[in-house]
Amino acid sequence: MSTLAQATPAAADDNPLRQVKARNGEKVIKALLATAAAVSVATTFGIVISLLVPSITFFSEISITEFLFTTTWTPLFANPQYGVLPLIAGTFVITIIAISVAIPLGLGSAVYLSEFASSKVRRTVKPVLEVLEGVPTVVYGFFALEFMTQLILRPIFPGIQVFNALSAGLVMGIMIIPTVASLAEDAMSAVPGGLRDGAYALGATKRQTALRVVIPAALSGIVAAFVLGISRAIGETMVVTVAAGLMPNLTLNPFEGMQTMTSYIAAAASGDVSTGSIEYQSIFAVGLLLFVITFAMNALSIRLVRKYRQTYQ
Amino acid sequence: MTATIATTPSPAPESTLEGHGQPLIDKTFRWILFAATAVGIVFLAVLIVYVTLKGLPRLTPALWQNMPSIRNPDTAGAQSAITGTIWVMAFTALTALPVGILSAVYLEEFGNAKSRFQRVVDINIQNLAAVPSVVFGILGLAIIARAFQLGQTVITAGLTLGLLVLPVVIISTRESLRAVPQNIRHGSLALGATQWQTTWKQTMPAAIPGMATGTILALSRAIGEAAPLLLLGAVSFISFNPTGPFSAYTTMPIQIFNWTKNPREEFQILAAALIVLLLVLLLAMNAVAILIRNRTQRRW
Repeated sequence: MSTLAQATPAAADDNPLRQVKARNGEKVIKALLATAAAVSVATTFGIVISLLVPSITFFSEISITEFLFTTTWTPLFANPQYGVLPLIAGTFVITIIAISVAIPLGLGSAVYLSEFASSKVRRTVKPVLEVLEGVPTVVYGFFALEFMTQLILRPIFPGIQVFNALSAGLVMGIMIIPTVASLAEDAMSAVPGGLRDGAYALGATKRQTALRVVIPAALSGIVAAFVLGISRAIGETMVVTVAAGLMPNLTLNPFEGMQTMTSYIAAAASGDVSTGSIEYQSIFAVGLLLFVITFAMNALSIRLVRKYRQTYQ
Repeated sequence: MTATIATTPSPAPESTLEGHGQPLIDKTFRWILFAATAVGIVFLAVLIVYVTLKGLPRLTPALWQNMPSIRNPDTAGAQSAITGTIWVMAFTALTALPVGILSAVYLEEFGNAKSRFQRVVDINIQNLAAVPSVVFGILGLAIIARAFQLGQTVITAGLTLGLLVLPVVIISTRESLRAVPQNIRHGSLALGATQWQTTWKQTMPAAIPGMATGTILALSRAIGEAAPLLLLGAVSFISFNPTGPFSAYTTMPIQIFNWTKNPREEFQILAAALIVLLLVLLLAMNAVAILIRNRTQRRW
């Protein structure tokens, strides 16, 4: 397109000077636009620097092995200990609960919408899923604490704590359904109709076609959807801050309260922490760990999506 | 087309035929999928009914006329949070819209898709879109509030949320620009318009509805965002409206968070009432976005 623009003679304009001026202007405009595009790259650099600089100071005091492999996280104690494993355990338990809800339900919704639903049903269901995705996460936190814990889980499990991993994980799982469903559905819709027709011609039913042709054909996109769902569960903050409690707890018991990496960041940074203290820097060290984990998963997910797009385009 | 082929009776060896030639297992499978889809929808309905019923007693004008109070839940309102949200959103829009739209115009209309710069920007935007929002809070805290010394103010919150939703604005604007057919650009260029004249006078006006939709959706994401603001001073008790860009502030999601944390039942009811207000606001924004999308959907 740009070659066409250069090849076009400036016939419409009778004043040659204006032409020259316009060209200079074009260059300025293009530079301005490129600067705007660079802002997003600068944002990533900003994130990396804001995480790295305090983390380096933190790790000069606390060794990386102590941070990653010891089991006590007590930054507020007189003799503070910085073993991040309890926060990782909390993140892990809640993420497992969330994805065991989100993956089957999200994949089920995606298969239904892509392979079974009439276009009328699809037109109604998709906006509803968009709304489900658009509800603020603090609202889900409120709902997990007030409704899920108090009205559903407490009558079933009388011993459950007020703040617990189960309610946060369950509600977060439902919250993530739209993320998983829409990405998986995109992948399945990209599978050419010819593959389905081939299966039908061989006598396969819709179920057999969906399970043995469409899902395998869209597998990389579906896995990308799962990975992105997991990454969202790991990075989610408000639901866990409100409903899962703020006590670091090295356990796999979902009936107890626990703290995640994200809820530690939120709680510590909104409290009274003096700048430059080791406790303040620990916020950034945990943030760095969170960023590295989610970044790796997102990169994997993006690669997988690219893979299926290449296959079917 | 596929549907007509699919209804052809197809007795697979292992399945028993049922009714009009559709094996039972296939019907069950379909119902399971339908149920999976229904879970999310039912959940959303229960959530809306629950918060509405719970918040109903406090859904009165006092909610937006009065200021928050720690001691008197009976008269407490959320005015400072509502005005704070408006202030912060204004600065979010001022950050995300110009930068996002100009980036998208560069990437779609001016950049060379094969250039290294563009590939880096492309991958970067995709990654940035999936960074946890609390990490943006860390960026806001370390760079905008401390390094730029803007402090814990409306403008810091606006800039941070602006960067947070920047990928949404860029991606949706690019899609709407891509939907404008090449013929329009070629026609304009053939008449002697420069590339920028073509973009500014032809391509961008044609893409306005799509951009508007994307913008509203980006702002509706920012308006409900609480996690980054927890790091940017919004949690402190604020019982006054912001007076300018450098004022202290709180927002509606943060006020909901503060009330939820308070064990007294009166505050839980207040939280539910404010949730209803926030959800109504969000649904209205979504409805406008969908309306614009449907009204202006043009077939080229």
